[in-house]
Order: sequence, then C-alpha cells, then structure tokens
Amino acid sequence: MAAASYDYEDAPADYDGSADARASSQDLGYDPNFVPDSVKSFVVHLYRHIREKNVYEIHQMYETSFQSLSDRLFKDTPWPSVDAVAHYVDNDHVFCLLYREMWFRHLYARLSPTLKQRIDSWDNYCSLFQVVLHGVVNMQLPNQWLWDMVDEFVYQFQSFCQYRAKMKNKTEQEIALLRQYDQAWNVYGVLNFLQALVEKSMIIQILEREKEGLEQFTATDGYDYNGGSNVLKVLGYFSMVGLLRVHCLLGDYHTGLKCLQPIDITQQGVYTSVIGSHITTIYHYGFANLMLRRYVDAIREFNKILLYIYKTKQYHQKSPQYEQILKKNEQMYALLAICLSLCPQVKHVEETVNSQLREKYGEKMIRMQRYDDEAFSIYDELFSYACPKFITPSAPSFEEPLVNYNQDAYRLQLKLFLYEVKQQQLLSGVRSFLKVYSSLYLSELATYMEVDEPTLRTILMTYKHKTHAVDSDGKITSNADVDFYIDDNMIHVVESKPVKRYGDFFLRQIAKLEGLINDLDRVRLD
Amino acid sequence: MGREAQQQQQQQVSFTVEQLVAVNPYNPDILPDLENYVNEQVLSQTYSLDANLCLLRLYQFEPERMSTQIVARILIKALMAMPAPDFSLCLFLIPERVQMEDQFKTLIVLSHYLETGRFRHFWDEAAKHRNIVEAVPGFEQAIQSFAIHVLSLTYQKIPRTVLAEAINLKGLSLDKFLEHQKANCGWILEGDQSTSQLIVLPPNEFNHPELKKNVADSIPLEHITRIFPILG
Repeated sequence: MAAASYDYEDAPADYDGSADARASSQDLGYDPNFVPDSVKSFVVHLYRHIREKNVYEIHQMYETSFQSLSDRLFKDTPWPSVDAVAHYVDNDHVFCLLYREMWFRHLYARLSPTLKQRIDSWDNYCSLFQVVLHGVVNMQLPNQWLWDMVDEFVYQFQSFCQYRAKMKNKTEQEIALLRQYDQAWNVYGVLNFLQALVEKSMIIQILEREKEGLEQFTATDGYDYNGGSNVLKVLGYFSMVGLLRVHCLLGDYHTGLKCLQPIDITQQGVYTSVIGSHITTIYHYGFANLMLRRYVDAIREFNKILLYIYKTKQYHQKSPQYEQILKKNEQMYALLAICLSLCPQVKHVEETVNSQLREKYGEKMIRMQRYDDEAFSIYDELFSYACPKFITPSAPSFEEPLVNYNQDAYRLQLKLFLYEVKQQQLLSGVRSFLKVYSSLYLSELATYMEVDEPTLRTILMTYKHKTHAVDSDGKITSNADVDFYIDDNMIHVVESKPVKRYGDFFLRQIAKLEGLINDLDRVRLD
Repeated sequence: MGREAQQQQQQQVSFTVEQLVAVNPYNPDILPDLENYVNEQVLSQTYSLDANLCLLRLYQFEPERMSTQIVARILIKALMAMPAPDFSLCLFLIPERVQMEDQFKTLIVLSHYLETGRFRHFWDEAAKHRNIVEAVPGFEQAIQSFAIHVLSLTYQKIPRTVLAEAINLKGLSLDKFLEHQKANCGWILEGDQSTSQLIVLPPNEFNHPELKKNVADSIPLEHITRIFPILG
C-alpha cells in the first residue's frame, strides 16, 4: 500500500507508452505553428522587458501572464513552437532558449512528455546553461524564474530516472532512443552542470566576502543594482540547493548537507526570497538530518518553516506553486511527527505548529509510541508519504528480461529507516519509566521492563547512543528530553528543564519600554 | 627519520586525494585513485569519509565498476568511526542486492550490535569472522574506543565486569589496560582487582549533568547592538 501511494505522484509524468497515443491525439487539434495574438504580444513584451532589464515587469509577465495564458489557451496542448515565435523576437538566441525552457516546463506540468521531448528538454538546458556559464548573458531575471529553472532541471532529471527505470513496457523504439541518447539526463552531466554553476558564479566566495562586509548579495536579494547581470550568481546560489536535493534523491545525505553549507539557514537569505526555494531547502535539510539522526536540528527547522507557511500561505493562494506548497506542508508535518516520535523534544515546537500536528497526527503519534507491528506500519506509511522521490541514477541493463527497478532506491531507504526505528523500539519504554523516577536501582527498572540486568544495561547504552547526535565536526550533543547517569547500580534521572531565555526577554522588554517612553514623550498635556 | 619522511609523504598523498575529491566530486576518472586511497587508509590507519562516500557515489552511478572488496573495507572503516553515523551513510548508497552478500550481512549484524549497545554479542560475532575484521589494522582498538565513549556517556562508576565485557579484555591485559587509563586518562580504580571493583570514569557533561555549560542563555552580540541606541 505504501509503495502504491509512493508511486502515485509521478504517475502523470511517467507514462508507459500510452502517452504516444495521447500525444498524437493531441496533435489533431494542436498546430505548433499557430501563434495567437495574445501569445505574440506576450513574447514581444517579455522580450522587450528583458532587454530593458525591467525585472518588475518580467516578473509580472512570468508569474501572472504566462499562467493565465496557459489556463486560457493551453490547458491541454503545448505552447506554440519556438520556431513559430522566434521571428517576433529578432530570433534572439537566448530568448529562444528561455522560451523553450518555459515551453517544456508547461508541457511537463500539464501533459506527458514523450521520450524525445525529454531528450530535447535536456538539450535545451545544456544550451541554456552553456550560455550562462560562458558569461555572455547580461540579463536580470527575477529570482522566482531562476529558482524555477534549477528546480525544474532537477525535477526533470528525477522524472527521467523514474521513467527510465520502468523498463518493462518500453517499446523497441524507446529502447533504441535510450541507447542512442545515453548522455541525456546522465547523472554526471546533471551534477556537473550544477557544480559548474556554483563554481563559475563564485557564489561561495561572494557569500564569504559578504560576511566580511566586502560585497552585497543577500542585502540586494541577489540583484545587481549597478547594471550587471544576476543570472549566473543567482543560478549558482540556487544550484547549491539543487545539489542538496539531488544528493538526497541519491541517498547521499552527508554530501547533500555539505553542498548547502555555504548558505546559513538560521538566517534569512536569498533562498527565503522565493517560497519554493525556501520550502525545498528546509524540506531536504530536515529530511537529511532525520536520516543522520540529528532529530533536534530537523525539528527546529521544520517548526520554523511550518509556522512560516501557516502565517503566509494565504498570500500564495493564487500562485501556481500553491498546491505544491500545501503538499510539502503536509509532508513536513509527517516528517515532524516521525522526528518527535523518535525524539520527543516538543519544547522546540511552537504552539500553533504543535496544535496543527496534533490535529493531523496526534492519534497516530500515540500509536507510534507502542512500537508494535502497527506502529511500524505507521512509520512506514508516514515515511513513504513524506520522503523524496528517490532515484536509481545508473542506466538500465538493456538485456532481456527487462525489469522495472524504479522502486529499488525507495525500498532501500525505507528499509534502512525502519531498521533504525527498530533499533530504537525499546527506548520509549525506558523514557516513560525515567520520567516518573528521580533515581532507581538497575534491578528495579529491569523488573519493570521485564528484562534481565545485562539486557537492561544494553538498552540504557542504546538510549545514550541514540539520543546523542554527532555533528559534522564530530561534536556530541544530547537530544534527550530525559537523561540519566548510572553510578554503580543506581540510575539517577536528570530531567532537562526548558531553558528560560532571560536575555531575550529583557532585550525585548527594554525595547518595549523605550517605545513606551517615546510614545509618552509625544503626549502633550494641556 | 625514515618513518617521519614516510608519514610526510602519506600526508602529501592524502592531501592530493582530498583535493581531487574537492575539485572533481563528480568525475568518474578519479575512481581508481579513490580505490587506492581506501587501501591506503586501511594501511596507514587514517580515514576520510568524504573520499569514501565519493567512491561509493561513483559505484552507484556505474555499478559495473564496483569492487565489493573495496566496499567491504569502506564499511569496516565506517564501523570504526562510530559513534558517527558513517556506516548508515555508506549503506544508503549500496544497492540492496549487494548488501545481501554474506560478508555484508555479517558487517550489518556487527553494526546492529554496536548500535544497540550489545558489545558481548558484537565481540562473539567478530571472533567468528576474523578474516573480515583482521584485514583492517586498528579495528579492535577503534571499537574499544567506541565502547568507552558510550560507557562514559552512561556511567559515573562502572563495575569492572561490565567494562571488561564491553571492551573484550580480561585478566592481565585488562589490568594493563586499566593501569594505562589510570595513568593517562584520569580513571580511578576503587577497590582491589576483584570482580567487585568499581571504575570511576572521568566526569563529562553527560555523566555529570551539572558540568553542562548553560550556553543557551548567552546572547549574541548582534542582539545587544540592537539596544545600543537606547543605552546610549
């Protein structure tokens, strides 16, 4: 069941040969060379705004006009072909690449791409990124658009891997194409493009220099107010998030987090300037930390973003990303439920988020504490619902018999995760006893838990090992809500009390008082 | 002198491989260098998680180039890096069908015993597979360090027998070990060398919670600067 629901989301994009039939039936009503006047006006204006570096207008057209035209005219057909619009925009090479990027994005979102279209889209990204990497671009594009490029590039890669892994129903023609274009969406190519954008943009150095006050990037949201182009810099910036996501899809959580390191996620940054990028960053950061057993880090960041989404989602209702925002929101609640079940540190969770969580998963979380078969099936269900769409990056063997391997990567991650859960299954029992004692003999606890003393010692050591996370510098931090130490044969319990933040409190009160005094000063008494 | 030169040379080599990984994280051409580097880590008792993950990544991209012998060595080195979660990090990248091979099953069982604090089981199992673990120098010491790490998180005072079981030492070698720890690491032995002897482990913030520094209430300078105008 879990596997089926896991498969579901990709279903529209991953056809099994039937899309060819669909595509040809579409063709009947679709003339790629017909350009309606509204489209003509759209490309002409967009082209002009890009040439004039009018970021505001570009953003309006990109976010609003493109969507409304798509809704009105291209609900289930592609946009006019690039060849049909090229002469309205002076056959401008870069504009045509951008147009095609949007063309494919629209196709992926609303229709099912054929294999040939997937390959063509890859070629288009190659040409587009080559142009950017060679530094001949002088445009200013909205962050939203630049984020969407990186996001879509990774999405299409993921989608291609899932598609390719379903070998069973491939036609001979498709297999021939796959063999012929084996460089299309090749994992090395994908990673190296993202890496090249990071390096060529010098974004890591820029962020370093910014810390020393030598350069501005975050302060201007990545835009260049001196007439330079923001495209390479911001693409490089978002590529770090792209790399985090690709590595998570591959199950390489350590390397993923390493790629994100130049971005300080405890602070606002360019990544928070676009809601999609903000969510993608935190979702993958949190997931990677969950898999690394750094639960508190995951809980803290999930809490922050879930609160943020809760407060701001009304402003995104009309955005084309709205559905995606809601979906990721739900997935992150599921991940938070997992984290808190393994590491009950509710003090890091805001009241609003906590009550949402209880509403959605309260009952399941109680059952997860029981660590019986039903509990494992809930862990399985929540993980499968909320995990990234893992991929197998290697090319298939084209030898008969052709087998589907699109679930392999997901099954492996799920299995290893559940293995971890099983290793921790006795800990919630220990925790509940520790909570009601200040000290007790090992022999007493052994009796309560119905195990012998040597076994109890191993359980207590497991508790210590699993609740003490190791960060990337090898530093140990305790994630335990209830801790203890053993003196010979006596267990002493240490309840971690919530730390009162007096400092913050006084700072706020000082500022408040100052405001009040200023207000009073303005009051004139007759 | 000769040894020093050798060490220097090794450092130089490791420097270049680390550099190689930093500059070409996604380049299949460095695969043979990374494989050699795994063997070198085994011989020189050094460790680089980043380089090993990079190699596992290349194997993941081109499974036909995978050497299971190298993978096994990486996994043993990862076990030796506990309490860090490196072993799981590596498993996440190794296809399930490879994990089904006997030598990997054994390593997974060993990791499971360590993850769940069952040192007795671990040492018994390890003894049955000497061929696997003895291929990597420093293996026993590394696991002993991990055991001592977990014990230090857990105990202020530990019975001699419990300690002996966790680090798999007894008799004379245990006495020697304890004397060494007493002289170098501040361990205190209470009572004579009988089974009722207690060992006082050095205090840390985990077995002596009162030592935990209350860092949570320190205020970053940026926050203070916000009220400078008011104070001034």
